[in-house]
Amino acid sequence: MPFERNYRPDQPSWLMRIGAFGGLVFMHVPVFIIILYAFTTEDRTYRFPPPGLTLHWFEKAFARADIWSSLSLSLAVAACATAIAMVLGTLAAFALARAKFRAKDSLTVLFVLPIALPGIVTGIALLAAMKFVDLEPSFVTIVMGHATFCTVIVYNNVIARLRRLPANWVEASMDLGAHGLQTLRYVLLPQVATAFLAGGMLAFALSFDEIIVTIFTAGKERTLPIWFFNELFRPRDRPITNVVAVIVIAVTLVPILLAYYFTRPDDEHETAR
Amino acid sequence: MSVRAASTFFYRRPNWYLALLLVPPLLWFGTVYLGSLFALLAQSFYRIDDFTAQIVREPTLATYQQVVTQRANIDIVLRTLTMAIAVTIACAIIALPIATYMARYARGRMKAFFYVGVMLPMWTSYLVKVYAWRLLLAKEGIIAWVAGKLGLLGLLEAALETPGIGGPSLSSSYIGMFIVFVYMWLPFMILPMAAALERVPGSLLQASADLGARPAQTFRNVVLPLAVPGIAAGSVFTFSLTLGDYIIPSVVGAPGYFIGMMVYVQQGTAGNIPLAAAFSVVPIVLIFAYLSIAKRFGAFDAL
Repeated sequence: MPFERNYRPDQPSWLMRIGAFGGLVFMHVPVFIIILYAFTTEDRTYRFPPPGLTLHWFEKAFARADIWSSLSLSLAVAACATAIAMVLGTLAAFALARAKFRAKDSLTVLFVLPIALPGIVTGIALLAAMKFVDLEPSFVTIVMGHATFCTVIVYNNVIARLRRLPANWVEASMDLGAHGLQTLRYVLLPQVATAFLAGGMLAFALSFDEIIVTIFTAGKERTLPIWFFNELFRPRDRPITNVVAVIVIAVTLVPILLAYYFTRPDDEHETAR
Repeated sequence: MSVRAASTFFYRRPNWYLALLLVPPLLWFGTVYLGSLFALLAQSFYRIDDFTAQIVREPTLATYQQVVTQRANIDIVLRTLTMAIAVTIACAIIALPIATYMARYARGRMKAFFYVGVMLPMWTSYLVKVYAWRLLLAKEGIIAWVAGKLGLLGLLEAALETPGIGGPSLSSSYIGMFIVFVYMWLPFMILPMAAALERVPGSLLQASADLGARPAQTFRNVVLPLAVPGIAAGSVFTFSLTLGDYIIPSVVGAPGYFIGMMVYVQQGTAGNIPLAAAFSVVPIVLIFAYLSIAKRFGAFDAL
């Protein structure tokens, strides 16, 4: 092997550094641009750079009744879907984490199918089912769709945590005289609580922002993403749209950061979908 | 029955315990989700009457025949498939340095910075990101502005004049759509890839170095093969998400249709639910085929 003065196996090459930091910048630029545009004084084109900055559009957006009603609908849907998902996802995770039975593999596939298949399949399937049973699109149908894929998020988070719990903890607890509920209360729940909360937070963020399935199940209801979607195709109030974009970023940012906080320090990647 | 008796009862009978846990989620998934998928499948075997535009509820393969024999429909499937493969490859290439850096080199605060830095854009509103790209790609938008400042406008125009993938502006060309897809799904590739790389034992790299391999050789011959399950897992997401998306192709629009758009248009304005249903079976089939390939590369161990 030729002697290399620069040989440093623990140091990344410059090419890798540039690739890594360049990639990170690439992922963040569009979000910063949107935030910048919410303050632009220009209201007709997407001219860059913006000619001036103003807070005027925030004032206008907050005075709009349709935005408030869409926002509260989205929050209500997200809250209901998350509540259902946290129950169903946790139950499924507790059932499948350790048990061994014949149908286990098929069930594992079933519980991740809603995010493995494209959203449009879930959407059109729900619509087809609604037509079959003559169910009118409403708040309930939106929640049904959202709860389905939100369950997967909670399930993934909780089961990842359960799988890393040493199996003999439960037995130790039982040997020491605890009954099932005590074991759950003092051994399992403290370990799973943060993964459970993180799953809920991510489910909330996902539901609040969901559009692909919602379009099929919403009928005449207008969640905030649907309001936004309509604006994309028939732009009437560009500056208001920019402001709503910033509101959406802000509302989803809080649960995401909380979810990250709950699953620190060594298991960051566990919060992936 | 006391709590203790009840818990002993279920502890002794794991199947009952299992059933107790599984019944609520299974009821939900069985009725709402599987039920819907079967309804979808049933709809795809119906057809639409050409004269009355009513759905004929008799089992037939006519609608599927329409999907697999009409030239325009085959083109839609091939176009979507090509885009999904191109996006997957591009995502894997761009994700590799990021995932390697965050998993193998970054430490402490820098590592947390990278993980948050990848997670935040991943969970930022899908629609807001699409909207942002519309601003970036617009004719007078930022990319054109930056290209102008750098004197690269000629290059941009040359790219847009490429037949097949070009168009009047980035926001109405396949190049623009490709960029947006890669951007949107990149974090879904980075995270599983980084997770797989995190699991590579440091001793392997030392052994490789001791045996005389240079960093580049170690990377190519040791790290990369061990990252393959992660890449396979990530590619399931990039592939599946591209196949089914209908919003990006309609917002950053090139003239040709994509599978998702076709499903959306057929169920909506065209009112042809059977054709929409048959079309949505195409990505399901493609994804199951893809999953069986990804499984051989260990994708499910890395999920």
